[in-house]
Amino acid sequence: MDYQELFWEAISTLTVNKLRTGLAILGIVIGIGSVIALVSLGQATQASVQSQIQSLGANLLTVQPSATRTGGVQGAFGGGTTLTLDDANAIATSPLITNVQNVSPELSRRAQVTTGKTNTNTQIIGGTAVYTDVHKVTLAGGSFITQGNVDSLSKVAVVGPQVVTDLFGEGTTPIGSTVRISGQTFTIIGITTSKGGSGFQNQDDIVYVPLSTAQKVLFGVDYLSSIALEAKSSDVMTDAQNEVGYLLLGRHKFNDPTQADFSIFSQQDILNTASSVTGTFTSLLSGIAAISLIVGGIGIMNIMLVTVTERTREIGLRKALGAKKKTITLQFLAESIMLTFTGGAIGILLGVLASYIISLAAGSAFVISPSAILLAFAVSAATGILFGWYPARLAADMQPIEALRYE
Amino acid sequence: MATSRPIIEVSHLTKVYKTDVVETVALDNVAFTIKKGEFVAIMGPSGSGKSTLMHILGALDRPTKGTYVLDGENVGNLTDDELADIRNRKIGFVFQAFNLLPRTTTLKNVMLPMMYAGISKNEREVTAKKFLTMVGLGDRMHHTSNQISGGQQQRVAIARALVLHPALLLADEPTGNIATAQAEEIMAIFQKLNDEGHTIVMITHEPDIAEHAKRIIHVRDGKIVEDGNGHRQKKIKN
Repeated sequence: MDYQELFWEAISTLTVNKLRTGLAILGIVIGIGSVIALVSLGQATQASVQSQIQSLGANLLTVQPSATRTGGVQGAFGGGTTLTLDDANAIATSPLITNVQNVSPELSRRAQVTTGKTNTNTQIIGGTAVYTDVHKVTLAGGSFITQGNVDSLSKVAVVGPQVVTDLFGEGTTPIGSTVRISGQTFTIIGITTSKGGSGFQNQDDIVYVPLSTAQKVLFGVDYLSSIALEAKSSDVMTDAQNEVGYLLLGRHKFNDPTQADFSIFSQQDILNTASSVTGTFTSLLSGIAAISLIVGGIGIMNIMLVTVTERTREIGLRKALGAKKKTITLQFLAESIMLTFTGGAIGILLGVLASYIISLAAGSAFVISPSAILLAFAVSAATGILFGWYPARLAADMQPIEALRYE
Repeated sequence: MATSRPIIEVSHLTKVYKTDVVETVALDNVAFTIKKGEFVAIMGPSGSGKSTLMHILGALDRPTKGTYVLDGENVGNLTDDELADIRNRKIGFVFQAFNLLPRTTTLKNVMLPMMYAGISKNEREVTAKKFLTMVGLGDRMHHTSNQISGGQQQRVAIARALVLHPALLLADEPTGNIATAQAEEIMAIFQKLNDEGHTIVMITHEPDIAEHAKRIIHVRDGKIVEDGNGHRQKKIKN
């Protein structure tokens, strides 16, 4: 009895009772399907979070004021006022700083922007000409803020596509139009291209103005909310972080780095954190799906045990006619493996289909991981062997006379 | 038929069933020889030990004591798989309840023992068709076992028993589940097979079925009480 024959025997046995076969594989279908769909969903989320973070700028370091400490009371994160334009200039000009390429001092606040007819509450970023290089911002039309604009406190603004849509309607190009920000009239000189961001920080919903204008005209402050730094390459991120850290510790007169009134984040830190969060999320989902796979496997075992009992006389006959233990074991194992394999194949198809539908609905990338499919196949075969083994041994160990007598 | 080499030789055959409390002696020091070409009926009331004897002769069970030589091979204390091999090569079974695979064609049923013997699929099919034709079911090859009558099912079982040219055809109440008219047909087949030289051992409790055999062994309380020719049975000392 060769393996091809075992295979056909198993198929013909399983097709005799289609409803039961269908119900038996349903558990595996759902188990494998949900593993594939959820792993794909997790990976799609991870990929989209990574690409969003990377679109914020490459080799990016961000200096932010730490939470202020006033008499032991810790203030809100980022609420400090200790970073100044002098700090930014020092970083840019100090001979000790060798690994930083561009320095972008920034002041960010939320404010109401209005055209008179329409208005929106959006993020205002005061920046300098170097902002586009550091944050990889490109323009769909017009030009960005120049050093001249900064020097002369110009009331000019560069707007994101979301702001254009909110204020002027979709598809318009309002270069030259004016908007009012906190009561001051600004002329729009440029529109940025869409970065497609969403969620916690929509990079298309921003109005850029000259840093000097933001500080002196709009908000009346002389500090910065952050300094963005572009390192010369991804290899020197840590060096750049250390150089800037020492310089600022000295300037702010701190000896103990843990007491510093600022902190420096690298793009990589954020990326790692986000990756570990989405990775945990993915494993959590897969874990839940794996439980349903185990439940499916138990379903297979249950059906196989019923089958063995029901076919006691058949087993007795087969043994009387000369079937050896191994043959009987293989016959029942072949049936359970067929069940889980068929279930696994259908599960993979449904899982891929489900992830495609999820990707369409969420507008995220359609990611199918071959490793997940391979794993699903291996797991379904292993489930068949694992949960089919006991019933198969039970059948093989039957004594032929007992089995023949069974009613 | 002239006497020739022995097919079955049993001596001191004893089978004891043990439970926690009691020991039941099902076979008590039984000895006999069946030669090639004999047609033997084993008779006895229920509980006489004839089923136990049939199980041991069929290599389905092992004796507690004694020896059993089947067609020159000692079947005394073989492993389960070795017994399976003996059953496959040397014994053709015909059961009271036919024991065909349900929802399976008669052709596939007859092919089954050859599959366990490792014969190629083509050869299996050719042989199975030949034997089905021989038992008069050449036109029922693709019917499933539940689409044919009891007598026909038993003829399929006989074809299945014969395909590997067994040394012994072992029938357990072969007419117990079928109508009288068809029972006669079955017995006619057995008689024809015996005329062709097949050795047949048949377990039955019906005297008129046993009459078809040339030799009748009566079993009672685990012992042979009579062993003789069909009509002229002689009482043996017990």
